[in-house]
Amino acid sequence: MCDTATIEKKVPEVAEELVPIYIMGKKYEVPASLTIMKAMEYAGYQYIRGAGCRGGICGACATVYRKPGDYHIRVGLACQTVVEADMYLTQIPFFPANRAVYKWEDVRGEAEEVFAAYPELFRCLACNACTKVCPMDIPVMDYVAAIKQGNLEKAAELSFDCIQCGLCATRCMAEMAQYHIAQMVRRLVGAKIAVPSPHVDKQVAAIKSGHYDEALKEVMALGTMDPFNQDANKENIDKLKELYNKRQGESHATDESWEPDDKYALLEDAR
Amino acid sequence: MKIGYYPGCTLKTKAKNLEISTIEAMKKLDVEMVELDRWNCCGAVYSLADDDLVHLLAPVRDLIRARDAGLTPLMTLCSMCYNTLARANLLMRNDEVKREAINNFMEEEENYQGEVEVVHLLNFLRDSIGWDKVKAAVENPLDGIKLAPYYGCTLTRPLDVSVDHNTYHNVFGDMMKALGGEVVDFQEAETCCGSYQVISNPDAAEKTTVRIIESALKAGADALVLSCPLCDYNLGKKQADLMASREGIQPLPVVYMSQLMALAFGVPAEMAHFELNPPLTREFLEARGLLARV
Repeated sequence: MCDTATIEKKVPEVAEELVPIYIMGKKYEVPASLTIMKAMEYAGYQYIRGAGCRGGICGACATVYRKPGDYHIRVGLACQTVVEADMYLTQIPFFPANRAVYKWEDVRGEAEEVFAAYPELFRCLACNACTKVCPMDIPVMDYVAAIKQGNLEKAAELSFDCIQCGLCATRCMAEMAQYHIAQMVRRLVGAKIAVPSPHVDKQVAAIKSGHYDEALKEVMALGTMDPFNQDANKENIDKLKELYNKRQGESHATDESWEPDDKYALLEDAR
Repeated sequence: MKIGYYPGCTLKTKAKNLEISTIEAMKKLDVEMVELDRWNCCGAVYSLADDDLVHLLAPVRDLIRARDAGLTPLMTLCSMCYNTLARANLLMRNDEVKREAINNFMEEEENYQGEVEVVHLLNFLRDSIGWDKVKAAVENPLDGIKLAPYYGCTLTRPLDVSVDHNTYHNVFGDMMKALGGEVVDFQEAETCCGSYQVISNPDAAEKTTVRIIESALKAGADALVLSCPLCDYNLGKKQADLMASREGIQPLPVVYMSQLMALAFGVPAEMAHFELNPPLTREFLEARGLLARV
């Protein structure tokens, strides 16, 4: 009915509502729909640290804030949290937290090894400040308790969503760096405790045997660009796109009977 | 029947022999121990400073978890856990001002007012099971073995959390008698084992352990019976060091109350995990035919 140009003309100039926020104590008027990170850029800050994936996963942009008339500390990731009027905020992109050094070959995946690396675990008073400050809603205090109980598997599971932002460490009255301890625990569980998966072993063996070498060479060749032959480059890029679009992966809708076309690395007994 | 169960951190690591032997023995009494889903450290030591509320957070949080899970009464095996939980519970029942301060701080939890009842294995067996039923479950009575029940400090002090309100404490001895053992009373049965002084003042800790061991031996004990991993550390695991550094000290086997209960009930010996006791314990039980019998 109407073309794109007329639509663009009809969109009225909407003056976005501005809200006051306080960045490190200084007041700025910012559009109400922005995330904290975009609001800071809008206000003129340029990120050289404290921003990473902008997708809520890397943990670089941990932010604390308060609102008038409420004593609670609030937290959020700057890239995910939308501004609120009158919030007082600051980012805490880094907080000093020591990481224990241990020899990977020497550890066997025992709780005592974690106790030795991080004896401050036993200073926990169960105040729960860590859990309350976690932007990922991880029960931090509970995983600390699980480690003290020697239940590393439970601690690994409870801490699995940790993005290492470090806010727990900023609030700990026992001066722990909980997230480093949990990372050591997950590494021990993954490599030394969890039952090895025969699927992974077979897949690794398939890769090492050279089963995928030819396919990989094909892809790599397509990615080699010749600056003097743009036509060939375009052809290669189109082929790459086609390979990418045709790649096979298990869709969320498939059930347990799904199998890939290439059955080379499948387990015999699982079939 | 079912009973709510708070294990405590040490029973999941260094003192699995105390936990596993109890769980197995209780099955013989048709008692299922239902462990709390979520729990943290009990606080380890009940703070004696009157205004030190922060150390109450850990035990009160455990009690809140028990209340929320409907696990009352809540049973402990470790004497220290019993003491910190029971005392924190009393404070939450009786001290309105401190209760409010603690509840205010823990605003993410529902207010707690001492709704849970904290019990120890000993008074649970006495009050909820009965010694007759314990006797009836015995398959291998501990005949002719002179057992010295060691209460330490935390089972009976202070008076308002004591597992035994008789002037003369006998709940521990009654348990040993029910298992067929002979009970030896000794002077230092309620003297502190040295507790955490073993770290900050090891000499003082050694002096008290020597007194306890010598007192039990003098009374004719074959073995010292314990209900606490810290007592086991001071009186059992440190005993070899003691004998190496002091002359004239005789060895005394130590064993958890629940390990004896498990043996008496005919639970397979491997479920009592004697490998976690000092080697002397196993040697003693083997010499008395207790391990061979099962």
